Amino acid sequence: MARAITTQKKVMWTALAWAFGLMMFFPIMWTFLTSFKTEATAISDPPVWFFFDWTLENYVDVQARSNYPKALMNSIIIAVGSTLLGILIAVPAAWSMAFVPSNRTKDILLWMLSTKMLPAVGVLYPLVLLAKWLGVMDSRLLLVVVLMLINLPIIVWMLYTYFREIPGEILEASRMDGANLKDEILYVLTPMALPGIASTILLNIILAWNEAFWTILLTTVDAAPLTKFIASFSAPEGLFYAKLSAASMLAVAPILIMGWFSQKQLVRGLTFGAVK
Amino acid sequence: MGNISLNQVTKSFGDVQVIPPLDLDINEGEFVVFVGPSGCGKSTLLRLIAGLEDTTSGHISIDGNDATQLPPAKRGLAMVFQSYALYPHMTVRKNIAFPLRMAGLDEAAQNAKIDAAAKALNLTDYLDRKPGQLSGGQRQRVAIGRAIVREPSAFLFDEPLSNLDAALRVGMRLEIMELHEKLKTTMIYVTHDQVEAMTMADKIVVLQAGVIEQVGSPLELYHAPRNKFVAGFIGSPKMNQIEGPEAAKYDATTIGIRPEHLTVSKTEGMWKGRVGVAEHLGSDTFIHVHDTGLLDMMTVRITGDIEARHGDTIYLTPVADQMHRFDEKGLRIA
Repeated sequence: MARAITTQKKVMWTALAWAFGLMMFFPIMWTFLTSFKTEATAISDPPVWFFFDWTLENYVDVQARSNYPKALMNSIIIAVGSTLLGILIAVPAAWSMAFVPSNRTKDILLWMLSTKMLPAVGVLYPLVLLAKWLGVMDSRLLLVVVLMLINLPIIVWMLYTYFREIPGEILEASRMDGANLKDEILYVLTPMALPGIASTILLNIILAWNEAFWTILLTTVDAAPLTKFIASFSAPEGLFYAKLSAASMLAVAPILIMGWFSQKQLVRGLTFGAVK
Repeated sequence: MGNISLNQVTKSFGDVQVIPPLDLDINEGEFVVFVGPSGCGKSTLLRLIAGLEDTTSGHISIDGNDATQLPPAKRGLAMVFQSYALYPHMTVRKNIAFPLRMAGLDEAAQNAKIDAAAKALNLTDYLDRKPGQLSGGQRQRVAIGRAIVREPSAFLFDEPLSNLDAALRVGMRLEIMELHEKLKTTMIYVTHDQVEAMTMADKIVVLQAGVIEQVGSPLELYHAPRNKFVAGFIGSPKMNQIEGPEAAKYDATTIGIRPEHLTVSKTEGMWKGRVGVAEHLGSDTFIHVHDTGLLDMMTVRITGDIEARHGDTIYLTPVADQMHRFDEKGLRIA
């Protein structure tokens, strides 16, 4: 009997997991399907599922009407640039918090995280003024710096959690072996924390890639990344669902592919601190 | 090379002073063991010498130069950690090479030293493996290899054998002693195991609560412990310490008799008792004796095997000139 119950439970949980998974996946699948419809089929009621005349015209249109390669390049530079810059600053910060903590370290960590609770729009005005005054509006440099600052608390937190798992004695051994601080971080800490650093990089590239508020508001043409590229297809005179879907697919495809290939690292990154 | 001297060194963590002002001189080529119960400050003392902890006050000098403010890397010392602390992402070769690389040696010179060290430590076949693929004893040897290639002025060992099983521990103990014979370099060795201290040391430093209770050769400590703490800590099984009227007979507050300095008889003797547990080791027999009216339990060590059953009546007599006497402060009465 016990066996029958567990099998029943297994089936139930599996079905539930699949249902949940499909629910999560549905918007992406629908966007994917819509991107191959004509504008008319896209808004037809009742909706058409799979049996329509598949067309690539939306993709052609989107390419013709805007500069996809440029937006893609901007997204890559902004996402990768802000993440790497953040890592460069966060590694020493997390090192000091993990290995030479003071009485205030916990407070500082919490304070850093608390900046994430501030509504972004609250600092929009000062930031725009500052950017204008510096003459860096609509530049990739501005976005790299802004997104780095926004994600820095998360990067520091993640690295801190990973570094704490590294036994301090190994770093002390390197000090005894004649390593200075630079050698210690470069040759001992970083290689040992590499899996953690990799998941941190991946997660933050995704966060920066998907960041829409600042990227849309601080760019016009030159530095416009894929978020702006999608937004440009939601016109005030009505939505072109099919073209919007095609643009969205183009925007999420690179990150989706990257995510697929780095699933293992990402899961570790997303559950950081939860599992030892 | 290898003189280390501590002058009025103290260490506090926050408001807690773990090492009150302490003086200690370690001479060139000596094998010095810091021994004491856990929490006595022996590891802290070693880390102060290594430079891994900052002194709160006082001075440490190495070979006559003030090293108090020097970072660990500049002190010319090498350390072997309890957890081995090998670099898990590097092969054995790279682990041993690390201090040489940090010193800026060229590759040919590095390899010559690594090969020599690997040969001395039987690691030649394992040079391309990572630490994770080695046994505990091999890891310990790699840690020692990493220390010796630096040719330090002194080696610091922080309970290096406590993660090994008993058989391996004895083997590694001998290897470290042989290494000392060969290199003649100063070694400072921290342990809580008094057997390691007795067998390895030229000089034992017994610590309790950050205070040096006694410094001396193993046999000095055994024959003339300065106080009750040292008397109880050095020697296995522990010394029997008797207080009260029996001690007063000898003009002392406490008298101490080591288990091996008691003779046993079934018919007559100074103190009568009842056998509790007898541990037969073959070479020796430890008898735990109850109901003597002196101590809850007295321990006797007899060479060879002796028949003693639970409940048997037994008489104990101390060997006259092997009795230790202590005053009311617990200090030795000469």
